[in-house]
Amino acid sequence: MTALSSGLMSYEEALRRFDPVIGLEVHVELGTRSKMFCGCPTDFGAPPNSQVCPTCLGLPGSLPVVNEAAVEAAIRIGLALNGEIAPWCRFARKNYFYPDMPKNFQVSQYDEPIAVGGWLDVPVDTPDGARTMRVDIERAHLEEDTGKSLHVGGATGRIHGADHSLVDYNRAGIPLVEIVTRPVEGTGALAPQVARAYVAALRELLRALDVSPARMELGQLRCDANLSLRESPQAPYGLRTETKNVNSLRSIERAVRYEVTRQAGVLASGGRVRQETRHWHEDTGVTTPGRSKEQAEDYRYFPEPDLVPLAPDREWVEALRSTLPEPPDAHRRRLQADWGFTDLEMRDVVAAGAVGLVEATVAAGASPAGARKWWMGELIRRASATATELDALPVTPEQVARVQAMVEDGTLNDQLARQVLEGVLSGEGDPDTVVAARGLSIVSDDAALLGHVDAAVEAHPDVAAKVRAGKVAAAGALVGAVMKATRGQADASRVRELVLDRLGAAG
Amino acid sequence: MPSITREEVAHLARLARLQLAPDELDHLAGQLDQILAAVATVGEVAADEIPPTSHPLPLVNVLREDQTRPGLSAAQALAAAPAAEDGRFRVPRILGEEA
Repeated sequence: MTALSSGLMSYEEALRRFDPVIGLEVHVELGTRSKMFCGCPTDFGAPPNSQVCPTCLGLPGSLPVVNEAAVEAAIRIGLALNGEIAPWCRFARKNYFYPDMPKNFQVSQYDEPIAVGGWLDVPVDTPDGARTMRVDIERAHLEEDTGKSLHVGGATGRIHGADHSLVDYNRAGIPLVEIVTRPVEGTGALAPQVARAYVAALRELLRALDVSPARMELGQLRCDANLSLRESPQAPYGLRTETKNVNSLRSIERAVRYEVTRQAGVLASGGRVRQETRHWHEDTGVTTPGRSKEQAEDYRYFPEPDLVPLAPDREWVEALRSTLPEPPDAHRRRLQADWGFTDLEMRDVVAAGAVGLVEATVAAGASPAGARKWWMGELIRRASATATELDALPVTPEQVARVQAMVEDGTLNDQLARQVLEGVLSGEGDPDTVVAARGLSIVSDDAALLGHVDAAVEAHPDVAAKVRAGKVAAAGALVGAVMKATRGQADASRVRELVLDRLGAAG
Repeated sequence: MPSITREEVAHLARLARLQLAPDELDHLAGQLDQILAAVATVGEVAADEIPPTSHPLPLVNVLREDQTRPGLSAAQALAAAPAAEDGRFRVPRILGEEA
């Protein structure tokens, strides 16, 4: 066998010997204006503890009241995932002592989730082409988010010597929907890609529902990835690990792949996989154990006595069903037809998670081809070079549309447009600001260009002679010289016309 | 008869982050036993046709509109905190958690 020094088994060998089963738990922060049980705002990035009140701080005497918009969002998510909406359900207290919840419990749902069952069809890019896999959904339930802890001292080397944590409760009480899949079998070697594709498809669905911006880098969509291995697809499930803190699409794929190699290594050496929570480390690409088995959770759930049950009646549910957007696969097919993309072009856009970006860019006025050109060209290169998700790049669809508009109206050529995008990505401001600040724009003044053309002709008399003699193809060298002299700020086709005109050759 | 063991009391004490001496465990086990017995009498009157309830009011769907309301300022929020730092609540670090 291929034994790696670290005790990991190579991925290929692991897949020859074991069958992976994955399960995914996704938490999505709903984009409501106020929190789940109180009227505190939910704005991201506010100063610490500036969006809190007695309810979300768990102060004595405060009482929660459920946010209607959060319930509606949860019902719409359940319906969009083809689930059943519970006619009656309750909230429950999940009791635990950890400073991220000042109440010492989190209000969640336990055995009575608001949505049960369903599925999501997930487009998976495989070596044999695109394939759709159905991922079954176990449940979706409502709960509240926890506060954010900042661990300082000791290992982090902060000046405050002692190990302690600082907690900001702005996030505590923001509505969350947790969506849990059933075990996903039959992925074989594609387990990491399926895990990633599921989260990507779910994110697309959540955005289409307009229930959350679902930006993973802002923690609005968070994924815990469960993985177990078994000797064959007929064998019972093996013991699973739950890897937390997997907060980008790329990390999901990497974390699942890592766990396959790690668990296979453990099993092959005669060991047992411990059922445990593990933490994903983005920088080193490994998982490490979190809470251990002897601290196994005992949450002592019980119905939340401060809240009455939810009982969405049929009329309400059907009214919400009528607000559902077109399902993502139908939406993708319609967009492809509208945009006139080939299957291959569309597949690349889908695989890159760029459907929404291209859509928003088109909505902002760009042509579909123009939108695709930038996202799937310059911007995806930039994203992969910096290991960033495409939608995490600091450029908006509106800015891309503006750049493309400047190309179409002749203010910029592609080369200049790339420089403008580079400026936007480096934080120099909007495209117009970058154009002005960097002095970028096509030199379209013929008089100015003619000066450069004459200089180029003078500098390359042999080339000029060839063109005069009818070798029009040779003009490229002169056009290139002019483009170089204008630092790319000329319209190449106009320069070509001017060169040919000057030398008396027909274009 | 309900009965709660000493081990169960120790387990609950650990979950509640209470440090109890051995004699306190015995003492509390006896007391909790009596409380459980008292609560169990409710079970005797609850016949099969009475569904378990978590709330005395026959209400469902008590909801509020998604509107923000002013809460506390950061200074107010932190005023009663035993310790604060950088606008945040300062708490002892929990052992065994990732830094």
